[in-house]
Amino acid sequence: MVSGPPPSDYFAIFGIEKKLALDLEDLQRRFYSNSREWHPDRHARASAQQLAWAEEASATLNDAWRVLRDPVARAEYVLKGEGFDIGEQRGKDVPPELLEEVFELNMALEEAREGDANAKSEVVRALAKFEGLLSEIDSERDTLFVEYDAASARDTLSRLRALLNRRKYLQNLVRDARATLA
Amino acid sequence: MSLFQIDFGNEETPHRVVGIDLGTTNSLVAFMDLTAPKVIPGADGSPIVPSVVSIPEHGEPIVGAPAVARLITDPESTIYSVKRLMGRGVADVQDELKLFPFHIAPGSESVIQLELGGKRFTPPGISAQVLRQLKRNAEAHLGESIDHAVITVPAYFNDAQRQATKDAGRIAGLQVMRLLNEPTAAALAYGLDKRQNGIVAVYDLGGGTFDISILKLHDGIFEVLATNGDTHLGGDDFDNLLLRVALEDIATEWGLDLSMDPVAVQTLRRAVIDAKHQLSTLAATTVAFHYQGRSYRRELTRDVFERLITPIVDRTLAPCRNCMADAGVTPEQIDEVVLVGGSTRVPLVREAVRVLFKAEPHTELNPDEVVALGAAVQAGILSGHVEDKLLLDVTPLSLGIETMGGVVSKLIHRNSTIPATASETFTTAVDGQRNVLIHVVQGEREMVRDCRSLARFDLKDIDPLPAGMAKIEVRFLIDANGILNVSAKDLRTGKEHSVEVKPSYGLTDEQVEAMILESFAKAEDDFNERQVREARVEADRILNAVDKAKGDDAYLELSEEERARVDNGIAELLLAYHGENHRLILDKMEALNKATMKLAELMMNSAVRGALKGTKIDQ
Ligand SMILES: Nc1ncnc2c1ncn2[C@@H]1O[C@H](COP(=O)(O)OP(=O)(O)O)[C@@H](O)[C@H]1O
Ligand SMILES: [Mg+2]
Repeated sequence: MVSGPPPSDYFAIFGIEKKLALDLEDLQRRFYSNSREWHPDRHARASAQQLAWAEEASATLNDAWRVLRDPVARAEYVLKGEGFDIGEQRGKDVPPELLEEVFELNMALEEAREGDANAKSEVVRALAKFEGLLSEIDSERDTLFVEYDAASARDTLSRLRALLNRRKYLQNLVRDARATLA
Repeated sequence: MSLFQIDFGNEETPHRVVGIDLGTTNSLVAFMDLTAPKVIPGADGSPIVPSVVSIPEHGEPIVGAPAVARLITDPESTIYSVKRLMGRGVADVQDELKLFPFHIAPGSESVIQLELGGKRFTPPGISAQVLRQLKRNAEAHLGESIDHAVITVPAYFNDAQRQATKDAGRIAGLQVMRLLNEPTAAALAYGLDKRQNGIVAVYDLGGGTFDISILKLHDGIFEVLATNGDTHLGGDDFDNLLLRVALEDIATEWGLDLSMDPVAVQTLRRAVIDAKHQLSTLAATTVAFHYQGRSYRRELTRDVFERLITPIVDRTLAPCRNCMADAGVTPEQIDEVVLVGGSTRVPLVREAVRVLFKAEPHTELNPDEVVALGAAVQAGILSGHVEDKLLLDVTPLSLGIETMGGVVSKLIHRNSTIPATASETFTTAVDGQRNVLIHVVQGEREMVRDCRSLARFDLKDIDPLPAGMAKIEVRFLIDANGILNVSAKDLRTGKEHSVEVKPSYGLTDEQVEAMILESFAKAEDDFNERQVREARVEADRILNAVDKAKGDDAYLELSEEERARVDNGIAELLLAYHGENHRLILDKMEALNKATMKLAELMMNSAVRGALKGTKIDQ
């Protein structure tokens, strides 16, 4: 007997409350134990309907695991659920406080591509700086996670979204710079 | 606490499921014997069935070792490495077709048609012959009819190649319970007696395909983190290279181009393969080739061989690096490296693996058998006999749909754990539009033209509405076999919407059905014939034994009536023996057994008496 199709909510499928700061070890334990229960291989001899439900449960669980174990994807999932737009545009505008440095990095990248050895060391220096910024953003993100879990304030989510946009921008920048160096 | 519970009651009673490694070069079948998987030998005693099928002008197809001999005597009607053609169109395989001696029929764009002796065969049809042989071997060995199987496929097989493999199983009369990725199967077999936790890389280089998979082992869960590979890379490529070199060499030496002569080419291919195998243990060997009274001999050192194949071996490295990157692990984090596939016996390959992963690769398990053994373990999981293990595999390629301007919109990313799903809502572009065509592709590139076309789905009979009003939600599900399933729902009405699938490569359902029907009649005959044959063998044994017993002193102790009963039993069994009903033969055997019970008892007693006498004399 089956009690129905699985929940589509990613937190519910793990049997946990909606939270941004998650214990990843606990999440993994739940992923494995739910997989043991629901994976279609465990129900190869069941009826077609039961197998379909197992498949559905397993697929949702897999998607949820992929999203929730990654802090950025997890935050985006919660933001989207709360009606925030996390569309394509994000990550394309230069954060104003970084304008100058980004401009300098882009110049250096240009020169490095043309084979300027000095520019290369400048790229390395800028890269280190931006990577430092990235890890600062990540710890700020974790703080916002805790803040949201405590009070579920919409304002926290707005700030989180802005932070993630900035992160996305920086990450693209770092990726390009690394590609140029390689 | 989990909110959602499934209580799966009334499961069917388990039937036996076998595990099959359907290889490019060699195929094997294995089963779960109590607690350990075991490979099943064929009539010749070897579990390895070469994946070679020969179609003689008259009579049944010849499969396995007997077909191998015909590669040379009858190259144009003997097919090998058909796995390289599975799920492909003729445009995909131009290069190898140049080297294959058999002919391709016109109209092979979406399914290759091989032309042999005026008849046409598809790659799944040929693979089905190999599967049928394995099925027969398993039935003979286990003494029961086998209808369910787990079949392994290269991890990097795309949807069409997987579907083709499943079709082959169906044509062979097997219910394919699961397609299992080969490296994952190897990990399962390997994990049986090795470590319970850690990160394992499986490097599988066979005859025609290359796979690399990285898994996390966790208390019986085998979680694939990432997989990569090349479905056109393997020992065949070493062979083709050596073959080309030898052909050129002979052309220079003899002033004769043999490349268009199928018999010569196949004979020479055999010679270079032998040399290749020898170079795995020897530093030098000779390629020897005799043809129409002439002889060609050329010394080949391992050194030269290695220089020749280095570019091919190097082609395995990029997939390995990408796989590690996708899995998010460095070589240092990998605890074990497992080698699978015959081509990992080549020392240069082992060296390349050792350098890349900075570890000594494992070779304890027989690389020929390990995939089949793992398939048997998975069969045990599915039939409920193995309860503590579970595989969590991934899809090797991203799945997307075509959007405006031929750009791919990705729905499910590569290395997503399967089953995996994605939904997308489609609508109409013009007023009154009745159908929407969806083009699904597989691959990592941005543009549709650089990806593999998988299928076109037609959403038909949409209610005529103003543009943009219809809302059809399409759900893409990659199942545990790595095969795509599509369903659609009309969001306005909440009703299931029909989807018509046109696969880009492969057989349609109707074609497969037709092939099943065709083979079914045959299979019935085959099966019946085999049962009769087996019953006769058994009857022979009994008749011989009774014959011998009639010469024993004990026979004289029987009453007249008892003797008549024995004679009667023999006569009736002989009558059934020459009929075609195996049940009747078995019944009459049973009757004869009963009629000779007394005789057997008497013989036993006299044997015991004799033995006792013997003991006394000895004392
Ligand atoms: N001793 C050996 N040295 C080198 N190559 C070998 C050796 N034994 C087998 N091979 C090669 O391994 C390949 C077959 O490997 P196998 O794992 O059976 O392939 P598949 O899974 O594709 O059927 C063939 O190309 C064969 O020539
Ligand atoms: Mg293999």
